[in-house]
Amino acid sequence: MIGASTIRKEGRGKVMGTAQYTDDLALDGVLHGMTVRARCARGVLKGFRFLPGVPWDEITVVTAADIPGRNAVASIVDDQPFLVPVGGTIAHPEQPVLLLAHPDRCVAEKARALVALDVEELPAVLDIQASLDCALVIHGTRNVLKEIHIDKGDADRALAGAAHVIEGEYRTGAQEQLYLEPNAMTASVAWDGPDLRVAVAGSLQCPYYVHEALKQLFALPGERVRVVAMEMGGAFGGKEDYPSLNAGHAALLALKSGRPVKLIYDREEDMAATTKRHPSRTRIRAGFDDAGLLLALDIDFVLDGGAYTTLSPVVLSRGAIHAAGPYRCPDVRILARAVATSTPPCGAFRGFGAPQSLFAIERHMDVCARALGMDPVELRRRNLLRMGDTTATGQLIREDLDLGGLMDRAMAELDYRALQRAYAVRNAGCDRIRRGVGLAVFMHGCGFTGGGEAHMASVAGVEALADGTVAILAASTEMGQGKNTVFCQIVAEALGVPVEQVEMAAVDTDQVPNSGPTVASRSTMMVGRILEDAARGLRQVLVQNGLLREPYTPGEFRAAVAAGRARLGALRCYGQFRPNPEASWDDVHYRGDAYPNFSWACYAAAVSVDLATFEVKVEDFAAVQEVGRVVNPTLATGQIQGGVAQGIGWGLWEEVTFKAGRMANNQLTNYIIPTSADLPFIRVAFLENAAQGGPGGAKGIGELPMDGPAPALLNALRDALGDLRLDEVPMTPDRILNRWEEAQNG
Amino acid sequence: MAETITLTLTVNGVLRTVDTHPMARLLDVLREDMGLTGTKEGCGEGECGACTVLLDGRLVNSCLIPALQARDAVVVTVEGLADGDRLSPMQAAFLTHNAAQCGFCTPGMLMAAEDLLRRSPNPDREQVRAGLAGNLCRCTGYSKILDAVQAVARGEGGQP
Amino acid sequence: MRSYLPDYELKAPGSLAEALATLSAEPGAWTPLAGGTDLMVLFNAGKLQGRRFLDLSRVYELRGVQDEPSRLTLGALTTYTELLEQRAVHQFFPNLAASARATGALAIQNRGTLGGNIVNASPAADTPPSLLAYGAELELVSVRGSRWISYAAFHQGYKKMDLAPDELVARVRLPKPQGLTFHFYRKVGTRQAQAISKVCLAAFARIEDGAVAEFRVGLGSVAPVPARAPHAEAAVTGARLGALPIAAARQAILADITPIDDIRATAHYRNVVTANVLGQMLGDLEKVRA
Repeated sequence: MIGASTIRKEGRGKVMGTAQYTDDLALDGVLHGMTVRARCARGVLKGFRFLPGVPWDEITVVTAADIPGRNAVASIVDDQPFLVPVGGTIAHPEQPVLLLAHPDRCVAEKARALVALDVEELPAVLDIQASLDCALVIHGTRNVLKEIHIDKGDADRALAGAAHVIEGEYRTGAQEQLYLEPNAMTASVAWDGPDLRVAVAGSLQCPYYVHEALKQLFALPGERVRVVAMEMGGAFGGKEDYPSLNAGHAALLALKSGRPVKLIYDREEDMAATTKRHPSRTRIRAGFDDAGLLLALDIDFVLDGGAYTTLSPVVLSRGAIHAAGPYRCPDVRILARAVATSTPPCGAFRGFGAPQSLFAIERHMDVCARALGMDPVELRRRNLLRMGDTTATGQLIREDLDLGGLMDRAMAELDYRALQRAYAVRNAGCDRIRRGVGLAVFMHGCGFTGGGEAHMASVAGVEALADGTVAILAASTEMGQGKNTVFCQIVAEALGVPVEQVEMAAVDTDQVPNSGPTVASRSTMMVGRILEDAARGLRQVLVQNGLLREPYTPGEFRAAVAAGRARLGALRCYGQFRPNPEASWDDVHYRGDAYPNFSWACYAAAVSVDLATFEVKVEDFAAVQEVGRVVNPTLATGQIQGGVAQGIGWGLWEEVTFKAGRMANNQLTNYIIPTSADLPFIRVAFLENAAQGGPGGAKGIGELPMDGPAPALLNALRDALGDLRLDEVPMTPDRILNRWEEAQNG
Repeated sequence: MAETITLTLTVNGVLRTVDTHPMARLLDVLREDMGLTGTKEGCGEGECGACTVLLDGRLVNSCLIPALQARDAVVVTVEGLADGDRLSPMQAAFLTHNAAQCGFCTPGMLMAAEDLLRRSPNPDREQVRAGLAGNLCRCTGYSKILDAVQAVARGEGGQP
Repeated sequence: MRSYLPDYELKAPGSLAEALATLSAEPGAWTPLAGGTDLMVLFNAGKLQGRRFLDLSRVYELRGVQDEPSRLTLGALTTYTELLEQRAVHQFFPNLAASARATGALAIQNRGTLGGNIVNASPAADTPPSLLAYGAELELVSVRGSRWISYAAFHQGYKKMDLAPDELVARVRLPKPQGLTFHFYRKVGTRQAQAISKVCLAAFARIEDGAVAEFRVGLGSVAPVPARAPHAEAAVTGARLGALPIAAARQAILADITPIDDIRATAHYRNVVTANVLGQMLGDLEKVRA
């Protein structure tokens, strides 16, 4: 069961076109919602006017004045309003001000353009440098949304004594998740006498985040709010916190109109207005001795969080903890800051801060190797973490880690050294095409940081149904990663029944407990483990009641369930997250066991660059990782290949162009993600090393593949092109040309 | 003001009549007037291919076709690929190869894959890549989609 | 996004005569619609100018291909896929085949038309450089009759054409090159498919007695219109193979282009890359042997 490539349960609906995504729902009497947005980066909302051209008497209008509860989106810090009130501050140009709805979608669209906003414009802060400079303060006292310090040893002293200190600065741009299905939400209200009930169903990763947000928006107790997670056409973090906002909007329109509401974003609006990966700027000073031993790291890591706090504290946290990379280093200082700008708030995107900081350190290690006259592979080998070492937060590596072996395996997949030699010969000729290889070694912490899981105390359960099948009760959502199937495999194995006898219950807060959000690569490892416990509990109940004797057949299990339900009533068994008593984390000083465990990887790339056009082609790519036990090899490979594709896109093509705080290239024709013609075959290999924590020893894999491609590619470009300043993502042809000319001019 | 018109077209082998505006998108006629929600809207720009259908035997983006231009046409959507409960070889291959993750690109991708093999029954991997280049996928990195198409071209596999 | 449908009118004339009569009766009021791959994108973005559209897609007189010994004539409604199905296109006009393959992706190629592409007049269009390189001519028709013009004279400025409000492009005619010929097409896009070009260069040369007897270069995305490269052409025409003035031509082409910074690339990038692609092309031309 675990280790089998079971075919996905929900796959059939997908290939038949019968799977129901949110906009596929046909709702009687539905109104189509539209969001009117600020259009100016910063200002004070003075009022609004409705211009002639649509039948305004047929249109439902919602403003901040219609909010029954709190006009604040429940989050880490509740600083983001659902709608800007009159007299309130507009903090970014896509900020929602007003909501409209009409039975005809194109009337609602036309009406949107006929709302005139009266705004007193104010100056805005548009990038990281302007925010740090504080010439204009738009948040708190110094534009800082969150600051984290990580200190290990004494970095200043160690750098002062180091034979070589090498500095670098690295930048990454925003990235759009570009799930194929734009954000979509439906809502309806009902009255139970005087009691309001609110229900939403939509494309969302975290039903209980939305549940909490709606409770506060409507000032309702939990039992009168219902959130259902629909089939999602991709998410990658882009539907992690944003849905609290559009669910609230859809529900407000439903309340005002008394009708069900569909709020479906088109692609342009989704790209411009919803959350993106945080842009970053990282400065690194690395100290080495003459033999290439890494002595010290001083890292300054800054993220652009946009206008409100949202998830910036946790994105920053993960980025900071990963900033020192997979290296043994006794003296480390990491100063991490998330700063505010007058742009749409950033949020979660697969990797969650780690791709940004890992890009910097892995690119820098290559730069350092060249500066020291060493081979980049050998410099890494000398400094990679081993069992018994500690990370930057002082977490002890307790597993038998062989990162050098991981690196060797990735290199073997590409025949790295042979390629490198062959490329060097070809590059020395006058070929217009230059070629190179590069790699990156990295890790990704699985699950929430530190005490996050203990704090959440997730609950999940199983229920034996009348027909002898078992339903899984969990709030984890399926977004293509195959979580439904993996959970069924885990529970089936724990119960000793065929996987066909296990199903996922609908993800409906009326029916399933809060097993936590579907984020942080935690579902298999954390929720899977809880389900394993719950399933074992169910088995025990049946055995202890004399209904089942081991070993048993599936038919006997079914009979036992029928008898058990007759005798005991409903047969439900829950499990809860059990914190590891040995793990300890100091959230104030950022010291200790940051994650229950890490997955480890080395990715290697071969690239070619055409010196006529500076276009880059990825010729070959190998992704090798150690992720504990692989529950479903086919699904796991799919996750890695998909993540690598996103990482390649981020590294080479995906640029978000901002003009006055708005995304100017918010069309698929101008925001470039890879087509099938742009990618090579992506070789994937798993090294298994059963770890503590996950079911059967599984660790998290969802986000890991995002961290490696960008640095591996830019390291390969360095190999191909020579000593160019390759310090920025995406490294577009335009940028390569600039760096090339910079190097030619000396 | 422009009026609605009555159009007939054949969709998945069935003659359908619909009253619609001549410039209504074929995508919306399929999804809203006919309830065939398998075909998806991913961008409205003809870039992503999620809305791909066959129109008179040619692969097209239905978000770019005004209804008037589909009058008397023969349209095939994803709902027309299976024979009752029996999946087409391509649908079955997508399942066994895990070529569908979130599934949103899958209907359009299936149409493009079926069309490719009809026109070119023995494509190599690069030809499959090129043939599917008009259908964006964000989840899979395309590898398993290409595997599935090549498997069908080789005549492998049956119902999963 | 949805455009407000009641604002729009789309009607389908039964014949070319009917279409021309409509255009003549209300010049400027009607916009022709063919494959829709440009206009419907604007419609979906709420950016479509114009409210009344004439569906030409079934006007049979605008379809069809005439393959004659000395020339190939294509109806304006010829789609990119139909272009790729013509043996004569592959045999005599490989740049045209290359530009058809470079356009969007298959679903766009099945619908987009030659006439629509020409009249949409985007400076970044993929096929016009090939038409310029081959010395294409256009037939423009109206109720007043028909006239043929050189395609090189058609674009007069950004989205300004030698096309009266009551005229339609009916046919595109290409003289078949004779003798020893050289063809080159390169589109530098944002990615390998579904890409708008950043630089596009199509070249055609006829070689006689080891020298370049005829030489035409068509360019895209480096000027307000699809453009020829007169300075570069002058530098190379008449030169002998084995002694092509590549450096001079690279310099000369910079006088032929006026690129801008836009959302896809900078003017500097376009200048450098145009010269480089010209250099690549001339390097290939150098190697042509009878």
